[in-house]
Amino acid sequence: MTTTAIPVTTRKDWSSDQEVRWCPGCGDYSILAAVQMLMPELGVRRESTVFLSGIGCAARFPYYMNTYGMHSIHGRAPAIATGLATTRPDLDVWVITGDGDSLSIGGNHLIHALRRNVRVNILMFNNQIYGLTKGQYSPTSEVAKVTKSTPFGSLDTPFNPVSLALGAEASFVARTHDMDRAHMQETFRRAHEHNGAAFVEVLQNCNVFNDGAFEKITGKEVRSNMLIPLVHGHPIVFGVEGEERGVAQRADGGLEIVTVGETGPAGLLVHDEKRDDPGLAFALSRLARGPYEPTPIGVFRAVERPEYGAQMSEQIVQAQEKRGLGDVAALLRSGSSWTVE
Amino acid sequence: MASGTHHATEQLDQVIVRFAGDSGDGMQLTGDRFTTSSALMGNDMSTFPDFPAEIRAPAGTLNGVSAFQVHISDHDILTPGDSPNALVAMNPAALKANIDLMAKGTILIVNSDSFEERNLAKAGYAENPLTDGTLGAYTVYEVPMTSITQEVCKEAGVKPRDAERSKNFFALGLVSWLYTRPVDPTLKWINERFSSKPQVAEANTRAFRAGFDFGETAELFESNYEVRPATFEPGEYVQVTGNSALAWGLIAGTRLAGLPLFLGSYPITPASDILHELSRRKEFGIRTFQAEDEIAGIGAALGASFGGSLGVTTTSGPGLDLKSETLGLAINLELPLVVVDVQRGGPSTGLPTKTEQADLLHAMYGRHGEAPLPIIAPQTPSDCFAIAIEAIRIAVKYRTPVIVLSDGYLANGAEPWRLPDLDALETIEPGFASEPNHVDEEGNPSFWPYIRDPQTLARPWAPPGLPGLEHRIGGLEKSDGSGNVSYEGVNHERMVHLRRDKIAGIAADIPLLEVNDETGDAQLLLVSWGSTYAAVAAGVKRIRARGMKAAHAHFRYLNPMPTNTGEVMGRYAQILVPEINLGQLSRILRAEFLVDAKSMSKMQGNPFRVGEIESAITEMLGGKS
Repeated sequence: MTTTAIPVTTRKDWSSDQEVRWCPGCGDYSILAAVQMLMPELGVRRESTVFLSGIGCAARFPYYMNTYGMHSIHGRAPAIATGLATTRPDLDVWVITGDGDSLSIGGNHLIHALRRNVRVNILMFNNQIYGLTKGQYSPTSEVAKVTKSTPFGSLDTPFNPVSLALGAEASFVARTHDMDRAHMQETFRRAHEHNGAAFVEVLQNCNVFNDGAFEKITGKEVRSNMLIPLVHGHPIVFGVEGEERGVAQRADGGLEIVTVGETGPAGLLVHDEKRDDPGLAFALSRLARGPYEPTPIGVFRAVERPEYGAQMSEQIVQAQEKRGLGDVAALLRSGSSWTVE
Repeated sequence: MASGTHHATEQLDQVIVRFAGDSGDGMQLTGDRFTTSSALMGNDMSTFPDFPAEIRAPAGTLNGVSAFQVHISDHDILTPGDSPNALVAMNPAALKANIDLMAKGTILIVNSDSFEERNLAKAGYAENPLTDGTLGAYTVYEVPMTSITQEVCKEAGVKPRDAERSKNFFALGLVSWLYTRPVDPTLKWINERFSSKPQVAEANTRAFRAGFDFGETAELFESNYEVRPATFEPGEYVQVTGNSALAWGLIAGTRLAGLPLFLGSYPITPASDILHELSRRKEFGIRTFQAEDEIAGIGAALGASFGGSLGVTTTSGPGLDLKSETLGLAINLELPLVVVDVQRGGPSTGLPTKTEQADLLHAMYGRHGEAPLPIIAPQTPSDCFAIAIEAIRIAVKYRTPVIVLSDGYLANGAEPWRLPDLDALETIEPGFASEPNHVDEEGNPSFWPYIRDPQTLARPWAPPGLPGLEHRIGGLEKSDGSGNVSYEGVNHERMVHLRRDKIAGIAADIPLLEVNDETGDAQLLLVSWGSTYAAVAAGVKRIRARGMKAAHAHFRYLNPMPTNTGEVMGRYAQILVPEINLGQLSRILRAEFLVDAKSMSKMQGNPFRVGEIESAITEMLGGKS
């Protein structure tokens, strides 16, 4: 709205005066720090930034950002964000959500915001558990999870959030985790750059109700062998030097993990996030059956597609060019009118 | 077409015509065209489209009958009329479904071609009513509409099967002759509407002319009728339905406020036409959003309001259920929002195409916690325009969601509307916050989103974009003033009181309850709200014509109520509240004002008939009805 230069800011400027009230040791702290530290680098204004959330632990996030914000109701943030982002294209709208908020009660709003390609950055903190209600299983919990509400083990097949987003026609889909600030910041930066709906799954540890859910892949010692960084235009490789493994496409089209030393680098799949067909990105999202097998992180898909709000505005411009600015007096006479003397 | 020279033309002061046929017969269109030509010739009129929920129920069955009733007159009328003077029945089912509405001696015009074995069986007639003598008390005109239409269309090269579809225009032509309606507006309309399908335009024109000429030449009718123009206040008039007027009011209201209009809506009968109308008016800068569900519709509208637009959502009963949680959020956020509920028969899916007024208590109390909001209701189709503007004024001024309770009858019913002087409408001041309103502990200017205007108790509206006004709001209870999250009990109670007082205070900003009590000494007060206005006002008129006394008060504002409501209620020994529900307003009046407000209830999917109101009044006054 203002035309003056964007002021130089620091993390402090983006932090509100409200005491952060997550459990000590919660993964949300590191995500908050990553976002607060990233904001000064994005070249955006605090007054033009809005954080929206639904309900859950993650949903407290807007209170801690010194921007405009709304802590709304369970699952509905993508819908509210759609109204805001389409009417205010000048704003940067972020939606902070969790696996229960966006994949259970708000699943419908999430998939529709993604398919419409509304310009919002959706950061979904996935801890595979309901934290705020004290430990029930979530739509991303593994099968047979024993929780207070499933003492005999959960029966539900979990959602794979990246697969779901890709299936919902998302134009930007990425995954990162709460143990790697640099990777989070790079991923969030990419989401912010994307002109459309950006969906980021953040693997996040709930140290009270589901501690160590991602330890087998994000732990410092195992990380380099268990996380598969996706880099656009590069062969997909991971693992410590000398023991590199990579992702290759089998003859039947499916993906498999191979040892680079055995197959040679030539057969490796080169990651193409701009590929129009989401099939390979989907296959990548299915590479690990759970957070105990090598898991791709980074940007799965980033394709250009018309943005919803911009198209909505364009229809208005076209109507006004064709018919002129709306005239209420003429509107009331758009049917037949008659005059009584 | 010559006028009926060899027929006598009888003068009537009013006439009620009911067109009935299969859902696919185009009866709504036929009725609508008859209405328009009557409006254009200066009659007062009121319409009642009465159609089934099924788009095309099996042809020829009772379930598939669609009807359109129109009342035209040479004087001021309020309702679509109790009992038709003429029924046009396109098939046996249409006759069977509507014959009970017809008084002895009235006119039945039937499409005799359709009274054959198969259709008679489908309608459940063992014998053909045209020949078994059961219709002896009526004036029956048997007209072979299908075959004449096919015959006249043959010359235009239209196949018989396609020509058959023009038979509603034959019926329209015939009835236009019978009631001496002008033909030119209809012919012109046919040519414009079907300009891209010249053969259809030709078939419809031929059918219409054939119908008119049939009346003229068939020697079947002894006379035709004329209803002279009514006396209207000078001005420019249009024919308008409630849903159109409501959409136009939303456009006009947001113009008056200088706010962009955002509509978040999910299709639902009978509210969808508001979504349709606004969607085709993009030149007004309107953003319409067909959401994935009712919840997203109101959510997106609320998000738009947070951003400085006027968020609106339109729905009907089942949709209002789904919007309840977001309404609670909007009450807590204290942001402007307009929710239009076009009521229909409930509960659940209920009667989707039939009218009802049973969402009043839902609108009043249908949220968890203490969650008051203003509720207003239009009283006629054209009043939907003014009520939409009023909803926007209250929502913006008091930073609150407002519920507008329209209903299926108002939504689809039409009446002549004298166009308002747009320049005379008062502007609405959004009053956006423009600067910090507080000083923090360190002496720096800051912004507190819950510091209230002492007069209205409204909080500042500060859409994102202004530096220094960054703030966070949410569904958690907020600390009075700062708006920060607060779980403190005393603060919560204060906030509950503030939210209540803010809404209650609107009473001082709305007109007093007007009482129509001609002589000032009536003992009985009739109370109406929403669409019952018409039947109650007409009933009171009839009572007075019979020398009895009754007063009438109508509520456009259901919450808060006008400040003189208690005083008015206390003035009358008897109070009667006719409602299309089980007595919801009467219950509120009894609870709030400790008066013996008696309920008169009807829930048959249609409005009260004037005669029903007249009888009820007569009975209460101790006379015979």
